[in-house]
Amino acid sequence: MTTTGAALHAERTQRVMEAVALRQPDRVPVGFHTMLWLARYGGITIRELMYGYERTTELGRRALEEFQPDLFAPPHQFATLGPVMEAAGFKQLQWPGHGVGDNQPYQYIDREYMKAEEYDDYLFDPTGFYLSKYMPRVMGAAEGLEELPAMPGFFYMRLVVGTRSFSNPRVAGAFAALKTAGDEAQRLVKHQSAFVEEMEAKGFVVGHGAVSIAPFDLLGDYMRGARGIMTDMYRRKDKMLAAMEKAVVFILRQTIATCKASGSRIIFIPTHWAADGFMSLQQFQTFWWPTFRRLLLGLIEADLIPMPMWEADCTSRLETIADIPRGKAIYWFERTDLVKAKQVLGDIVCLRGNIPASMMTTGTPVEVDAYCRHLIETVGKAGGFILDGSFGIPDESPVENVRAMFAAVRKYSPS
Amino acid sequence: MSQDDEKRLVDMMADMNEEEALALARAMLERGFSPLRVLELCREAMDLVGKRFEKGEYFLPELILAGEMLEQVGAMAKPLIRTAPGAAPQTLGRVLIGTVHGDLHDIGKNIVTFMLDINSFEVKDIGIDVPVEKFIEVIREFKPQVLGLSGFLTLAFESMKETIAAIEAAGLRGDMKIMIGGGQVDERVRAYTGADAFGNNAMAAVALCRNWTGG
Repeated sequence: MTTTGAALHAERTQRVMEAVALRQPDRVPVGFHTMLWLARYGGITIRELMYGYERTTELGRRALEEFQPDLFAPPHQFATLGPVMEAAGFKQLQWPGHGVGDNQPYQYIDREYMKAEEYDDYLFDPTGFYLSKYMPRVMGAAEGLEELPAMPGFFYMRLVVGTRSFSNPRVAGAFAALKTAGDEAQRLVKHQSAFVEEMEAKGFVVGHGAVSIAPFDLLGDYMRGARGIMTDMYRRKDKMLAAMEKAVVFILRQTIATCKASGSRIIFIPTHWAADGFMSLQQFQTFWWPTFRRLLLGLIEADLIPMPMWEADCTSRLETIADIPRGKAIYWFERTDLVKAKQVLGDIVCLRGNIPASMMTTGTPVEVDAYCRHLIETVGKAGGFILDGSFGIPDESPVENVRAMFAAVRKYSPS
Repeated sequence: MSQDDEKRLVDMMADMNEEEALALARAMLERGFSPLRVLELCREAMDLVGKRFEKGEYFLPELILAGEMLEQVGAMAKPLIRTAPGAAPQTLGRVLIGTVHGDLHDIGKNIVTFMLDINSFEVKDIGIDVPVEKFIEVIREFKPQVLGLSGFLTLAFESMKETIAAIEAAGLRGDMKIMIGGGQVDERVRAYTGADAFGNNAMAAVALCRNWTGG
């Protein structure tokens, strides 16, 4: 790091950490978090962005230098997924060239990826279930792994002779295809790491070191599907709760390992099923919150800073989710009114957000400026606030609106 | 006894006692109970589910499970219906609904469809990622009084705007009302797209449709 870079880095880190600790920093920090907005910023298609490691690096660099945020989300992990998804034969997303147009974002395909009767398989042996059933279902590259035998049934010379399974052409084919996908994933990570290293040396602060997930959302979105998870709440409640108990252990281990290997202590956790409209408060407290709270506490215990992004409106959940240690996390709200959130959570957790996506995409810089001023002056009062879009910067935002957001933290201060 | 059974079937379905409800429906049909009456009871149960949803007692799990119970009882009862069901039931109005082009999300749209359906609207749901031309074609055939455009992604704002502009250009707006909803849709998006109204949830959609159709 150059002296200037190091000094800037320290200054920004301090600003953010003051906010996390619920103190008043020198000014309200502002985050730069994008999914595919860099395509619009650079005047290229989403497809070009998704397949361009270097373009993404270039545009990310240009954006950080222009906006000077206090935190930045590493762009490659959300943007340049095209080559690796292609190599993996990933089936859970549609992306440009694979089901959607060149200028459309990737979208998840909600399906039942784990059947109801497979809860027992998952509960008995999550790793075996992942390897031989789940992975071949969601990734073409893993097809063939279903022929792997149950290794814990082997012993002594049988274990040695059991290695013949690895010469089964379908299994060997899967390993070869996974190696190709893995090489591509390494390229993605290499580009991202180089970008993060360069930007940190220039004084920018990487905004999260890992991405994690609520056990309910993992089971609901990526395994059972919407219809499955909603009906499981009635049809197989005990198995569902037991599966989440298993999942949270794996999620915690994986998230801690990833984050500890990064340069950041913050963990980004987008939530999907926590919102008011999806389930009753009682259901939320029974099904969603307990294992999520364990995840938050486990991360905090590992000296990390969980940052759930509470999607949609979570107003009715505020009192429940207040039950975490003080000053140890960041709650980023998408549509929940931050003024209300501040009343309930202001003494407990740093808040982040939430210029409406509709304003960022269809509003004017003057409107964005006024809205940021309102957030800074009210929610920013007494510290504990980071300004951002409702879910970062929407892909379609005109650059003038983004400029207005970054200018606002330098113009206004908490009243 | 049969009156008791009728009430029990409605309550079991409305209270989400799926196994008992299905067993009772099966037993009633096996005893020669009118399949049409069983379907009527299902509708009564769905009305109760809808009311509890409106009151904030029920949410997505209950709507989905209720829908699945209805399908299962329907599958048992419908093959037993020998006579023509008679005149089509009265509806409050026709609503066409779909997720705009570029967007593949459907959870919110499905809830709105379900709630409009149990509130006596004739709903035509034309799915996700619906091209502008498809909306125009179906509006011509179906002649809805209300059009519902759904979208979860921010890109849907533009798609909604294009869809509405194309409907106007085709001279099809007329008296038809247009409502939008989903994801981050709010008053600003309503103004941007030129829709008549937006809603944050399925109850809002029902209220708008009732208001517009005088239902």
